[in-house]
Amino acid sequence: MGTTASQLGKDLLSEYQELTFLTKQEILLAHKRFTELLTKDERDGANSRLPMDRILTLPELKSNPFRERICHVFSTSPQKDGSLTFEDFLDLLSAFSDSATLEIKSHYAFRIFDFDDDGTLDGSDLEKLVNCLTGETDETRLSPEEMRQLISNILEESDIDKDGTVNLSEFQHVISRSPDFVSSFKIVL
Amino acid sequence: MSEGEIARLREEVEEKKTLIANIRNKPWRMKRRLTHLKEAQAFVDKFEGALGKGKGKWARKWYAYKVMMTKKWIKFQRDFENFRTACIPWERKIKEVESHFGSSVASYFIFLRWMYGMNLVLFGFTFGLVVIPEVLMGLPYGSIPRKTVPRAEQETAQDYSVLMDFNGYCKYSVLFYGYYNDQRTIGLLKFRLPLAYLMVGIGTFGYSLMVVIRTMAKNADVGGGDGEEGEFTFAWKMFTSWDYLIGNAETADNKYASITTSFKESIVDEQENQKDENIHLRRFLRVLANFMIICSLGGSGYLIYFVVKRSQEFATRDDLSWYEKNEVEIIMSLLGLVCPPLFETIAELEDYHPRIALKWQLGRIFALFLGNLYTFLFALFDEVNTKLEEEQAIKNASIWAMKEYYANFSRLMNDSEATPPPMDPSDVIRGPCWETAVGIEFVKLTVSDIQVTYLTILIGDFARAVIVRFLNYCWCWDLEAVYPSYGEFDISGNVLGLVFNQGMIWMGAFYAPGLVLINVLRLLSSMYYQCWAVMCTNVPHERVFKASKSNNFYMGLLLLILFLSLLPVVYTIMTLPPSFDCGPFSGKAKMFDVIMETIDLDLPAFMGTLFSYAANPGLIIPAVLLMVLAIYYLNSVSEAYKNSNNELKKKMQMARDEEKNRRNNTDSTNQVMKDLEDLLPNRSLAPPPEEPEPEPEPEVKPTKTKPGKGVKLEMDVTLASANPNARGPGGRPPGPRGPGPGGPGGPGGPGAGPGRGRGRPPPR
Repeated sequence: MGTTASQLGKDLLSEYQELTFLTKQEILLAHKRFTELLTKDERDGANSRLPMDRILTLPELKSNPFRERICHVFSTSPQKDGSLTFEDFLDLLSAFSDSATLEIKSHYAFRIFDFDDDGTLDGSDLEKLVNCLTGETDETRLSPEEMRQLISNILEESDIDKDGTVNLSEFQHVISRSPDFVSSFKIVL
Repeated sequence: MSEGEIARLREEVEEKKTLIANIRNKPWRMKRRLTHLKEAQAFVDKFEGALGKGKGKWARKWYAYKVMMTKKWIKFQRDFENFRTACIPWERKIKEVESHFGSSVASYFIFLRWMYGMNLVLFGFTFGLVVIPEVLMGLPYGSIPRKTVPRAEQETAQDYSVLMDFNGYCKYSVLFYGYYNDQRTIGLLKFRLPLAYLMVGIGTFGYSLMVVIRTMAKNADVGGGDGEEGEFTFAWKMFTSWDYLIGNAETADNKYASITTSFKESIVDEQENQKDENIHLRRFLRVLANFMIICSLGGSGYLIYFVVKRSQEFATRDDLSWYEKNEVEIIMSLLGLVCPPLFETIAELEDYHPRIALKWQLGRIFALFLGNLYTFLFALFDEVNTKLEEEQAIKNASIWAMKEYYANFSRLMNDSEATPPPMDPSDVIRGPCWETAVGIEFVKLTVSDIQVTYLTILIGDFARAVIVRFLNYCWCWDLEAVYPSYGEFDISGNVLGLVFNQGMIWMGAFYAPGLVLINVLRLLSSMYYQCWAVMCTNVPHERVFKASKSNNFYMGLLLLILFLSLLPVVYTIMTLPPSFDCGPFSGKAKMFDVIMETIDLDLPAFMGTLFSYAANPGLIIPAVLLMVLAIYYLNSVSEAYKNSNNELKKKMQMARDEEKNRRNNTDSTNQVMKDLEDLLPNRSLAPPPEEPEPEPEPEVKPTKTKPGKGVKLEMDVTLASANPNARGPGGRPPGPRGPGPGGPGGPGGPGAGPGRGRGRPPPR
């Protein structure tokens, strides 16, 4: 289970087509881009992992404020270092593809936004989220006052059971009403 | 194996098959999915053969054959999907635009591509069924009067300027209505050209209608139409504002800035909602602005009418300058260019929220274009009527000329027995042929519209970019940052332009079959040209602001334009008599007589009687009444659905409130639940299972509400799907609230065993 050499076997290819939302061309393109990032030795080995810094050189991920979270969420590495195997990479592309369902996308979106991986979006998660969205420089960041106001507004809107955090079901409830979510939560190679 | 065992086995195999089909919907890791898939496939393979056992040799063979065919069919479907996706053109281009400018600019190009596809199909119909048969099987150029350039025009027929005006050889070619012959059948295959012409004309509208409505339905599905605006503003801004397709650092920076601005604005908005400004001044300004805009709309309408009338006078003169010949089109395009910015400036007075202001702006531009188009049409109709009157006189004149010609001929030949050769086609006196004239007008309008659009891009965007870029080195202020800087891509303006262009095509295609070809070429070149222009000369929007749901808005506009362009064509088909000497309907009293003729002559006799019964008012009126009743019934059914939807929402809200109360209330109301809670591992996040939920939910829900329920419950059940972080084995989300048999979501939720009855606790 894994890719060897530079060619994907036919069986594996058709299995991947069954298991993901990607078409054959997309899987082959993903394989090509993935192996390009591997070094010579890694290419021969089976089941090689790409370290996170090399994945982040992909132009599709480079400008994304959540790039590191995305890598962490899709990574199956035991060291939790955000490295991806080819199958993790396919998982990533499948969740972000055009034909993925709303449930899959919202599930993964929730996990991406959950910075401390505790299963809920609490105040600190939301604060980190806002900081990611407003960029790196100081002039674009919000003042602490505004931040507090914003977070309280958000919790007021989405926290139904008023426990101070947004859990998965509340998140999915909010997201399913949004007309923009499915079309903006997309990455295409 | 006993019957029961076989049945159970079959059920399990079906379940595994569903699992295989749905496996990609599960948010599991690939490894887990692979193991499950292999397991399920092995199970299915092993037992599927066994199921066929004991039914006799042929039955088993048949079963195995069926299974193999299903597998092949699935594989074929998948390959076909892959092939279809590979065939979609311009994916790379659009993706590049998307990564630089975000998805809203790219949505324009996606719309353009969709239009191209639709026009290609229309082109196929028109050319395949009308133009090609006439060219291949009809009479060639020069054989009959309608296909020949008249003697008087022959010297100038090849001049470039004449051709550019679509006169000369252009006018007497397949591009226009007048060329087509009215023979009932042509060629060996007895192709009925006039019937085909009429059917293609109507079929164009029918096909376009079908395609637009189908796309609207698809878009409405995805959008989740009934959410109120203003619900969840902050949460949406937070969770959905980032566009993951952005792959360019500059665009990303812009996006950051715009997100920050929008956060700050919403925070301020919330606080300012209570402030009450001088409402009277605001109202007065708004009324004033609307008044000014109505005035300018009226002014532009009158200008067009005036210009069209003037062009009729010009038609009688011969010494026209280029401007005078094309005055109508120039004025219409100029109005389309000048008025929208004018409206925008006037709209500054109104001081609306940007999203509302955009809607008003779009509405006004729409009204402008519509007014212009219809004024143009009315003026055209005046012209048509004049031509019709002329026709009568010319008809008499041409018959007289024919008689004279024969009289002369027999006199010269001194032989009244010989049959004179027919008059040379270019000498025959021609009628004014109003349909071709209308077709020419539309073609000229379209061509000038294309020219103006391309020129605007060239000058407004490209020249501006060149100037800003190169003059910046020697200019006092920073041209790039201050003014004029680089242009932004005007999405709504472009989309509206496209929509109206299509409206003109729909109106003109009946009278000028070549118009569809021109449009296809135009869309093709537009795609490349505009992609290049956008990448080369535009910068990403500063205020990235999604007029979301706008996809359906533009489709709605397209639908409206379709209806409005249908009206004139249908009116002319129904009421105006066709010209007597040109076009496929010449000689008939009305254009649709060709259908009557076909029914009489081509279809078997009983169909004729059938149609005559169907046309009986005694039958039509009850049919219309029935349709009205059906609409009323469907309307009330949909009202009922809406109501039940609201009820369910309220119930959900109530249930959540109860949960909240219960959590705040340390005494649990149910002793059993308290015990269970003590047994559970300490997960503060898992809400207690919804067991003691008293059954106020009436079990007798009418089946009508099933679809509504199905949707909501679907969401509930998928919440149960494996989220490795949140839920433990005991904690299931709000449990079975009376699911229908074989509840939605199928296998996959932890603990969602088969047979979840109504209100019973889950079997665990």
